[in-house]
Amino acid sequence: MIQQRTTSESKRLTQKIGFSLLGMVAALTVLPIIAVVSYMIQQGAPAITGEFITGFPSDGMRSGGILPAILGTLYLTLGTAVFSVPLGIGAAIYLAEYAPENRWTRAIRIAITNLAGIPSVVYGLFGLGIFVLFLKLGTSILAASLTLSIMTLPVIISTSEEALRAVPNSFRVVSTSLGATRWQTIKRIILPQSLPGILTGIILGLERAAGETAPILFTGAAFFLPRLPGSPMDATMALPYHLFVISTQVPGMPIKIQYGTALVLLFFVLIMNIIASVIRSRARAKRMW
Amino acid sequence: MKEQTPLSERIITRSIQVAGYSSIVFVLLILSFLIREGAPAFFEVPLKELTAIRWYPIENYFGILPLILGSLIVTIGAALIAIPAGVGTAIFISEVAPQWLKEILKPLVEVLAGFPSVMLGFLGILIVSPSLRKLLELPTGLTALTGALLLAGIAIPTIVSISEDAMNTVPRSYREAGWAVGATRWQTIWGVTLPAARSGVLMAIILGVGRSIGETMTVMMVTGNAPVLPLKWNSLFSPVRTMTATIASEMGEVATGSTHYHVLFLIGIILFLISLAVNITASAIVLRHPKRAERILS
Repeated sequence: MIQQRTTSESKRLTQKIGFSLLGMVAALTVLPIIAVVSYMIQQGAPAITGEFITGFPSDGMRSGGILPAILGTLYLTLGTAVFSVPLGIGAAIYLAEYAPENRWTRAIRIAITNLAGIPSVVYGLFGLGIFVLFLKLGTSILAASLTLSIMTLPVIISTSEEALRAVPNSFRVVSTSLGATRWQTIKRIILPQSLPGILTGIILGLERAAGETAPILFTGAAFFLPRLPGSPMDATMALPYHLFVISTQVPGMPIKIQYGTALVLLFFVLIMNIIASVIRSRARAKRMW
Repeated sequence: MKEQTPLSERIITRSIQVAGYSSIVFVLLILSFLIREGAPAFFEVPLKELTAIRWYPIENYFGILPLILGSLIVTIGAALIAIPAGVGTAIFISEVAPQWLKEILKPLVEVLAGFPSVMLGFLGILIVSPSLRKLLELPTGLTALTGALLLAGIAIPTIVSISEDAMNTVPRSYREAGWAVGATRWQTIWGVTLPAARSGVLMAIILGVGRSIGETMTVMMVTGNAPVLPLKWNSLFSPVRTMTATIASEMGEVATGSTHYHVLFLIGIILFLISLAVNITASAIVLRHPKRAERILS
């Protein structure tokens, strides 16, 4: 009896120690994130003024604003969306609604996981080889957007496919039995029902594209431009590349501006993240099934 | 009676099919352009020189061994940090933490996942590297260790979210069975839940660490970029240079079509093959446990 109690007590002690250790690991992983974000806000917030957001860099980027970088990232994100959204949704519809379970479909899935795993700098090389040099687009917003879209494609395809598959099969059966063709069913029933999930996937994919540096390094990013890009064939400044430039290439860069730029980039990315989670949770609340 | 499908619908169906197959086309295009630009390196530089230990392109030394080992040492360092941290955090979130704490921890990990890699590099330069230099009294804070620490930050969100997912899909009845035979929650985690979720956790580790091999901006900014062979005992505390960082920092300055240019593409091919191997390993694990894969994919 006594023997038993001590073993159960020692078991409980082991569990207590184990759980505290796990808690410490989790704290060590998560606390630096909180610390870093708050430190960045503290250091960067004073730099963020109206002039910083709407002005051009001056004095070799050591003062002034970062408008060209902000707009550049916006252009690149939109450009990426133009190519990757229709293609990604199309591929997702094919996989969820049309594709037979055969060898070809398996090959498509393998290709998608492969695309997702290719390092971003290799996308940069590919973009340089095909868009900049072979198709002679030059280092331009167009070439960079095309490069980023292929990189974003796997995220959009897999999240959209998941959203399409989540629509119950009875919806398809009912629609077809009412005489709708397959495409009519997809357009009128399946797509509207899965829209929130698809949107979430698109935003998460574009969020990644907006924060990437390596793929645009040789395909469209400019060190410094005195004016805004006039067409998709121009190179552009971009927030992530600008952060790289001012933290490694420009000597005597004021810390405040560096943190300010990092903060704007973080804000850009977090806003997209928050929009995605809001869409997701609102859709969950409204769902009919 | 079979109705003729309208032309517009047939066009749409065909375009959807084309979109479906586009991923295959892109993978093949990427591979063929890498080969097209990288293969000439084999004819311009003898294989013996490519596998040599000196990378100094200005004087035509194209030994990529130090770069491969540089990538390796930084990645292994990152894995040593990220695996315990990531799996531990996942277990804590999935099995130990009360609901309210989960609601705080999960978004925080997502914030880390959203960090652009250039921002981790930036923080590395301004915060991690100076503190490491002071702490360990090193001549420079831009070392393999700095890179490993920050790369762990890249791998951790992937490891946490996929492993947590895997543990969540272990049915509650498994745990209840563990408790019913008198196991504590702690014993149940190690004896029941974790073994049941092992293929998912393993996949999480492979994908997380795989991501860090291909990471570019962070390592380029914080590892000091010295292409030396990292074989001494203190290599972890000295500057190294990875394959990715070499491409990113040198491609901007090479002449198109030069030997240097071709060799950089060759390094790209190596990276492509590594990511391929990582993916094949991960999917092999999924295929061996088809049930789990179904749950993850559905």
